[in-house]
Order: sequence, then C-alpha cells, then structure tokens
Amino acid sequence: MTQQERQNLRNGLLFISPWVVGFLAFALYPLLASVYYSFTDYSVLSPPVWIGTENYEELADDPLFWKSMTNTLFFAALSIPLSTVCACALAIMLNFRIRFQSIFRTIFFLPALVPMVCLGVIWMWMLNKQMGLVNLGLSPVLGDSVPNWLEDPAFTKLGLVIATLWCLGHSMVIYLAGLQEAPVQLYEAAEIDGAGFWRKISTVTLPCLSPYIFFNTIMAIIGSFQTFAVPWVMMKGEAGPEQSMLFVATYIYINAFDNWQMGKACAVALILFIMIAILTLSVVKLGERKVHYQ
Amino acid sequence: MTSHRLSLLGKVTLYTLLLLCAFVFVAPFIWMISTSLKTLPETTAMPIQWIPSSLEWRNYPDAIEAMGDFWLYAWNSLYICVITVIGTVLSSALAAYGFSRIEWRGRDKVFLLVLATMMIPFPVIMVPVYGLFKDLGWVGSFKPLWVPALFANAFSVFLLRQFFKTIPNELSDAARIDGCNELRIFWHIVLPLSKASLATVALFTFMWTWNDYLGPMVYLINEEQFTLSLALQSFVDPSGGKGLNMWHHLMAASTLITLPLVILYFFCQKVFVQGINATGTKG
Repeated sequence: MTQQERQNLRNGLLFISPWVVGFLAFALYPLLASVYYSFTDYSVLSPPVWIGTENYEELADDPLFWKSMTNTLFFAALSIPLSTVCACALAIMLNFRIRFQSIFRTIFFLPALVPMVCLGVIWMWMLNKQMGLVNLGLSPVLGDSVPNWLEDPAFTKLGLVIATLWCLGHSMVIYLAGLQEAPVQLYEAAEIDGAGFWRKISTVTLPCLSPYIFFNTIMAIIGSFQTFAVPWVMMKGEAGPEQSMLFVATYIYINAFDNWQMGKACAVALILFIMIAILTLSVVKLGERKVHYQ
Repeated sequence: MTSHRLSLLGKVTLYTLLLLCAFVFVAPFIWMISTSLKTLPETTAMPIQWIPSSLEWRNYPDAIEAMGDFWLYAWNSLYICVITVIGTVLSSALAAYGFSRIEWRGRDKVFLLVLATMMIPFPVIMVPVYGLFKDLGWVGSFKPLWVPALFANAFSVFLLRQFFKTIPNELSDAARIDGCNELRIFWHIVLPLSKASLATVALFTFMWTWNDYLGPMVYLINEEQFTLSLALQSFVDPSGGKGLNMWHHLMAASTLITLPLVILYFFCQKVFVQGINATGTKG
C-alpha cells in the first residue's frame, strides 16, 4: 500500500468507527449471543444453562408457537399484497396530474405519521362493534351481522389489516415519485401502438414501478413480520381472543419479559430471522427476473 | 399520464374515485377529533353525530390530568428524541462520509455489512441487548434508549451516503490539495452542502423515536420516566388505566400525541417527501 492508501484506510476506519462499535455491540454480538442463548435455559437473573435443542423441541410441540406463525403469515400474506395494490392504485390516480394533487397526497399520507400506540387506540374505537366507524359504515348493508372486529377471533386480524391499510401513505409517496420518473415517451410509444388504458398500465406503468414495488415489498416483509405494538394496544396488552392476535414478535416478548424464558425467546427469534431471510431471498430471486430497471 | 388525455367520463370517474378514497382516509381523523370534543354519553349516542352538540374543549385538559403526569411524559419523550436525533445525525454522517468520500480498501464490502444489518429484526437482538444493558445497570434509565443512537444507524448511514456520493469529488480533492484534513472537509464542505438530507435523517429519527413503544416498554420501569407512547398504553390498560372506555379522553390524548408530528409535517413537507423518495429510489 502506498502512503496515501494507508492514510486513506486509517481515515476511513476512523470515520466509520462509531458505526463499527455499534455493529459489534448491537448487531454481531447480539446475533451470535441469540444463537447461543437459544440452546440454553436463560432467565436474565441467573446465568444461562446449556440444554441443547430442548427449546426447539419444545417449540415444535407448542401450539402457541404455531399459532403465532400462522397468525403472522396470514397477516403478512393479506396486508402486503393489498397494501401494494392500493398504494399503486392511488399513486396512479394521483399521477394524472389532477388539480389539488398535493392536498390529496397529504390526506393519504397523514395516517402514516400517527404513532403506533395512537393507532392502536384509534382503531380500537374505529373497530368497536356498536360505535365504530367501520361498522357504522357497514350496517346499512349488513345490519346486525356486522363483524365483531375486536372480540371475534375470525375478524381480529382483518381489523388489523384495515388499520394497516390506512397507513399506506408512505409507500404511495414512493410510488408516486417513481411514476413521475417514468419517461413520457414510453406512454406515447404505447399509444402509437394502439394501447388502451389498461394496456398502458400493464406494459408501461407497472414495469416502471417494479423497482419500487420490489424495495417496498422487502421492507414490508421485514416490517410486518415484526408486528407487535398496534395489535398489542388494540387487544389491551394481550394476545386477543383465542390468541388470534398472537404474532411471532408478541410471542417473543411474552416469553422474554412475561415468562423470563430468554432462551426460548431467542429460539423463536432465530426462527423468525430465518423465515424473513428465506422470504426476502425469494423476493430477490423473483425480482431478478421480473424487475425492470431503466 | 396527464388528465387532459382523459375523456370527460374518465375525468369524472377519476375525481369521484379520488374523492371517495380521500373521504375514507380522512374519516377516522374527523371521527377522532369529533369524539374528542363530545361528552362521554354523546360518544356512544345513536344515531351518530359528526358534529358534537357542544364543543367540549375541556376534554383535553381532563384527559391530560387523567393520564397522570402528561407534561412530564411529554418532556421525557422530547428529551429522548432530541438526544437521539443529534446522536444519530452526527454518528451516521461520520460513517456515511467514511463510506463515500474516502477511498479505502474493502470499503464497499464493509458497506454491505451495513445493509445486512437492516435485515436483522429487532426481536432477534432484543434479548442479548437487554442482557447487556442489565449488566451495565442501565435498565430503568433512559440510557438504553439513546446510547445506541451514538453509534450510527444503518438506515441513516445509507441515506446520507446516497447523498454524499452526489457531491462532486473535485471539491474534496481541491480541499485536500490545499492541505485540509478529512475532518475539516467533512465539517466545512460536505455537511453544509447536505443540509437537506441531514434534515431528512433528523426528521425521520425524531418521528421514529417519538413513535417508539417496544424500547420504552422494555427498558423503563418507573412511571416518572414513561414516554408518551408508554403513558397512553397504560392509560388504556384494563388493570388500572383510567382511560378505558373513556373514548372522549382517549381520542383527545391520541390527538395530542399525534399533533407534534402533524405540525412537523406541515412545516417540513418538502423535507419529508424528499426523504421518502430518497429511501425508495434505486441506489
């Protein structure tokens, strides 16, 4: 290495040193420690005791664990596609350069600012069986058989999906920006070829949006698999009727801080990590074929 | 696509759809504020009234009182937010500078590690980090909430690096020829040119910290240290929370806690939108 390269290396490392400390203390160490703890019986008050794969064996037979997995998968499978479709649709509508675009954009974005606990409280009220706005809107159609969003295990997660959809403003703004980058010539070329409205959407708009959809989907997978605060508050600090709002993150929290079974919590957390990694990699693989970059 | 390419029918359909969606999105806010200004019996009265018969502004001070030490909780939230913002912006800017403005061997490979850490879900690191803070004796204080901010945050580093890369290298080179050391280039050249992206990181960090629930829930024990998020949750808690089913107070409290962020948004709209676009655009 030359003198200059040596100096650059030293300077570069110095500048990133705060990050390095953070990485070691809050990423690498905890990750490795979690793996270790998952093979132990560990309550923070006494040192960990090695028990091999016992935690994992317990989890395999644990109905609550499996419930948390199915709940989480159900919620993600529902909320991610719906959220993407609605956010794209809204962005496409707004992109028509209509008047008052920024007012509409603000209206759609504002819910994304609401703190999670407030979201939980607000939707506890919106989804109230008698007085909630949702049921008040549905009662002309459904009369007395409006869903009991907060107490009927068949509907609790659906209520959460509705609350989550309300907050799609963040993605919508990204899609809108992406659409505004789409070159006009592509649309003009499509029109010359005789493409109608829906044809233009599928051949020009969606491919242009694909990198953003790709990025947002990955972020949404990572985010929705960690769902905890909103359902926790909505269910008043519990897992909901028949554990219908028990998500993986909820189960990790309960094991760690209610039952003080840190080893088991770490085991669940690692399984969560692997699940997220597999899904993310699948999306990346899919993206390699389908995402269209300019 | 522009609207003047649409037929009249197309335009009418578009505006109708948009107005419908806008109504659906705005309705919860209106209902929330309306509920916060009603008397308790009025909140559950049928048929529903969008506009309260009398504006019960006193619900706001009443909710504040019922929640306990509201202003203390607000101060706690603010305190943690401000320290976190300053810590995050400084440490992330330093790291982003190191990852973009200096050429050193292995730099981009190490940066991949930064990106990789964004994939680690918080629950995975939660337990060992809690153990770490417990051993340090910091559980029950604010330290676990703001100390990590001093060590940069992957997302902020990513954002700032994106921006720093767009600053022409000639500026740095010229300064180096003049004998400036890297720290001075960082402070006097790069930072002043990056005000917009620094503002974005500050804003997002503030919002995320104000919002944070799991962190305070795990690390704060004494009620005097509660943040607003924590205070609202315990207000609603069936075991002792005075807010349960007091919908007028709950909506008032929620409005109050959301308000600072909404105000921040209206003052910094441009920064917000810019920032969101910067995170979503390919890079």
